[in-house]
This record gives sequence, structure tokens and C-alpha cells, in this order.
Amino acid sequence: MPRPRDLVLAEVLRQRSWAAGLRWFDYHAPALGALLLVFGVPGLFALGLLDQSDLARLGRYCCLAMVAIGLDLVWGYAGVLSLCQMMFFTLGGYACGMYLAMHGPLDGDGIPRALFVVSSDPEGMQLPWFWKPFADPWFAAAAVVLIPGLLALVFGWLAFRSRIRGVYFAIITQAATVALWLLFCRNDLQLCGTNGLTNFTRLLGFDLTATATKVGLYIVSAATLVLTAWAVLRLTATRFGRLLLAVRDNEARLRFLGYDPVAYKTAAFVIAAVIAGIAGALYTPQTGIITPANMTAIESILVVVWVAVGGRGTVTGAVVGALAINLLYAWLTTEVPRLWPFILGALFILVVLFAPGGLVGAWRAFVRRGERTA
Amino acid sequence: MSDRSDIVQVTDVVVEFDGFRALDVPYFGIDRGELRVLIGPNGAGKTTLCDVISGKTRPKSGRIVIDDREVTDWPETAIARLGVGRKFQTPSVFDGLSVYENMELALPAQRGLRGALAGRASWRDERRILALLERVHLRALARTPARMLSHGQRQWLEIAMLMVSGARILLVDEPAAGLTDDETRLTAELLRDLAGAHTVLVIEHDMEFVRRLQSRVTVLNAGKILAEGSLEAVQADPRVREAYLGRGKHG
Repeated sequence: MPRPRDLVLAEVLRQRSWAAGLRWFDYHAPALGALLLVFGVPGLFALGLLDQSDLARLGRYCCLAMVAIGLDLVWGYAGVLSLCQMMFFTLGGYACGMYLAMHGPLDGDGIPRALFVVSSDPEGMQLPWFWKPFADPWFAAAAVVLIPGLLALVFGWLAFRSRIRGVYFAIITQAATVALWLLFCRNDLQLCGTNGLTNFTRLLGFDLTATATKVGLYIVSAATLVLTAWAVLRLTATRFGRLLLAVRDNEARLRFLGYDPVAYKTAAFVIAAVIAGIAGALYTPQTGIITPANMTAIESILVVVWVAVGGRGTVTGAVVGALAINLLYAWLTTEVPRLWPFILGALFILVVLFAPGGLVGAWRAFVRRGERTA
Repeated sequence: MSDRSDIVQVTDVVVEFDGFRALDVPYFGIDRGELRVLIGPNGAGKTTLCDVISGKTRPKSGRIVIDDREVTDWPETAIARLGVGRKFQTPSVFDGLSVYENMELALPAQRGLRGALAGRASWRDERRILALLERVHLRALARTPARMLSHGQRQWLEIAMLMVSGARILLVDEPAAGLTDDETRLTAELLRDLAGAHTVLVIEHDMEFVRRLQSRVTVLNAGKILAEGSLEAVQADPRVREAYLGRGKHG
């Protein structure tokens, strides 16, 4: 499809055609969406049209949309269905949460309150050795990237090397997230068990309860989402991106052309895990809590639904799907909370049946039709 | 029968699937630059022989030597990099990519992860790709997604991908299946031209097509080599006639 680079608004107005306007909007929609998220939403907040809870909610959804972008890279492009993206998200969230807890209220012998209250022996308790380095923001930031990244590297490489594919890969990723969830629920792991990490007060010296900090965190989340979407779109336009599509379409053919698909699949899986880890780290200070519930099996399946509804293999579809479904969820769970699972289920089935390309696919078909009739 | 100058040498190879002996070949060789056709009834082991040469299937015993290198237990990726290209029975191209992008991925360079991120095709590669696409009448469709191609065009795209990949040994499984007469003629022409510079092994059922190739023919039946020689000679062989007639199929 030719992209009209020189399509400026003045030209559209001169032509006064419906199709030209549609094309102009289609071409600029990603940039308009990015501007709306990064500048529009804080502007609306400044004008008093959005309140603090709206802002916090949108900030969280931006983080979730990043997870969806990562899944789109591995599933939409490389065709590898992963059901453990929220596991990487939660690991990133915990790395950030441990930093925040170390700089929150401390009890006993310098022990974060969340850890102190679940201890079986609070009196003689010492801070576990692996907590100490997380007081350093640089160490915590490195852990946000490296823990999910290295786990994905080892797990992905082993699975892809053994040629575990399709539904079998999906099942072992789900098993992995359930296993880690069970592990994190245990108190003796000294990560606060099912309660999770909480009692956060300061991030890099900023007061987390201050409005300015909240707006700042939102802007950082929205900007990171936009940057991630841009970077992944750029990546998919390279030879690497075409190789991922080739893996999805015909892995055997690729192998008989002399390529080793293991490296490409592992690389995509690691990138997706790192994106999810960063998203989790941005999410945690905005919710004020991170618990093992963030990595239950259902959480990662929801990411698949967002990407499917938004449109696989488009990147923008992942963002649109994640934001749209979460906003719909926020709205409907206040209006008709009991109906939500049925509405989500129906939406998923309708999209799979009638718009396999998702919302973005349906939109593109609509624009193409507009161009043809013009 | 064994000739040590053959570029492909399959020696004493036995392949079994759950105890069923699919292939039992004392010696099968292809000369450098030769065009060879493999015929035989369904289930004779033709595709299995290709699978063994390209590393897709491991033989239970025996040796495979390609270009003086024993490749019996090499992974298929390594065998492909040695120069063995393969066209599958059902055309297999990358549907989500354009015709040109399919060709670009088939280029021999930059198969590593680093090349994938940084590499770009040179203008020389680009010209080669376009010339080959011209050859198979796909030049005008270079930007079209491969999923929009007809069956015959997909067959040609896959052959063109083998041609650009730098493969020296081509294993071509049923290239004429489902083609129109004109398309069949062009495909036979292509394969005949490829021989010489390439070593080509073609599996085919269509006798009219095999006649067009004017090459040596090897007949497989029930995993064993039944006869080898010119098409006329093997068709006159009573054992070959029986193998085909026994299954109600004329050669």
C-alpha cells in the first residue's frame, strides 16, 4: 500500500474528499495517538477534565500495552505463542518494588515493612542478603532488564533448540508462569509471599504521593510506550523482522535455506521479556503494590486477547487492543461488573470469527475500500 | 556401480519408520552437473531419499557423502549451507513476505543474527534477484505478497529462490504437480538449463514432463532401486512395468 508521505492537511482540505481525509487520518493516526497519550492526557488533567485516578489508570494501561507489544513481536511476527509475558512483567515489577521497599518505612533491624510483617520471627530477623543490593537504584534498574532477559534467554534457547513449537511451547510457558507464581507465594522465599511488595513512599527521592510525581510517572510511562512501539516497528522493518515472519510462515523452509531459526526466535523472546520487565518496573510505583497475583496464568492469557483483538503482527494493534480492552474493562466493571467475562469472551470470539486481522486489520480494510471508491 | 567422483553418494543407506523399511539403497550417486530424475510408484521412497540427502531424516545405517564430505549426521542447516537446496512437494514460500523479500532471504550471505539486523542486499544482489524473477515471469510481481501467487507461480518462486541461494545441488520434489501445459514446459526448460552449473535431482510422476527433461532416470520401488538408465530403457524393463502395473498405473 503506497504511503502518501506528502499528504498534508492543506491538500486534503483542497481536495475536500472523504477518501483523502481518511487517508490523511490513517497515515497520521499513530503520531496523533502518541501526542494524545504523552501530551494530551496530562493536558486534560491540568484542565481538570481527568482526575488523579484516571491518570494513574491510564499510566498503568500504558505499561500493559508495552507487554502487548512484546507479545506481538513473538506471536504476531514470529508465530510463537507465549503464555508467560506477565511473568516477565512481574519479575521486572519485583525488582523495582524491592528498590522502593528498601527506601520506604523500615522496621526492626532495617527491614522493609512489607517483609517485616509477614516474618514468622520478626524479633531476631536479619535483612536477607539478596535484598541489600536492591537499595542501589542502578542495581535495581539492571535487575529489571537482566532478570527477565536472562530467564527468557535460557528458557527460550532450551525450548527452541529442542524444537518445541506451537501449542507445546504455549503449554510450557504457562507451566513456567504457574510454577514461578507458586514459588513467589511462599513466605520462606522472603519476597513477602502472597501479600507482595508494598509500603512504597519514595522513588529516586521523589515523594510518590505528590501530584507532580504522579504526573511525571504517567508521562514517563506514556513516552516509554511510544518509544517501544516506534523501536519495535523499526525492528520489524529490518531483515530481522522479515526473518521473524519467515519463521512464522515456514520454519522448515528457512532451515533448508541455511538459517538457524533458534537464534531468531530466542532473540525475539528475549526482547519481549525485557520490554515486559521494564513495563512491570514502571507499573509498580503507579499501583503502589506488586504481588504474585500479577503473574497468575490468566494475566498472560489476557495479553493474548488484547493482541488478537487489536490485530496481530501490526504493533499498533497491540497498543490499540490493550488500551481499548482495559478502558472498556474500567468502564464496564463499574457499570455491569458481572457481565464483564461474558463481554470479553464474546468480543474475542467475534473478532476471531469476523475480523481475523483485529481492529487494526478491519480499519485498514476500511481505508483501502475508501481509496478504491474514491 | 559405485563411482567415487559422484558429487552425491548415498551408500548402504537403510531408513526405517517403526520397523517399516522405507529405504534400502546399496548405492545411489549423482554425477557433478548431472540432471537426474527419480520416478516410482507412491510410497516408493523418493521423498525419503531426498530427506536423507538434505538431513531431514537420519538413516538407520549407511553413509551420505556430499562433495567429498561425509554429512551423515550433520544438521539440515549445515547441509543447506554446504550448498544443498531443496524444493518441497507442496510449494513452500513465505506467504507473509513479498516475492522480492522471499528472494532476498534466500541470498547466501548474512544468515547470522548480526547480519539480520544490519545487513542490506547489495545492488549486485538486487540485479541478480530481478534477473531471476524475469526468468520465471515474476518480475512484475516483485512487490506482491507471495500469498497472492498462483500455484504455478509459487513453484517458480521456490525454484528461483534455490537459484539465488547459491545452492550447487538442487533436490526438486514434483515441480510439475498441478501446473498447466505451458507452465510445465517452462519448468522443464528451467531445470534443463540449471543442470551443468548445478547438480539437479528431480522427483516426478508426470511421464510427459520426464520425457522433456531428457535425462537419466532412476526407478525406485518399495524402497529399493529397480532400474537406472534412459527413460526408454527403464520403460522397457519388465520389472519396472510390473511395479507400475501391479499398482494399476501405467508409465
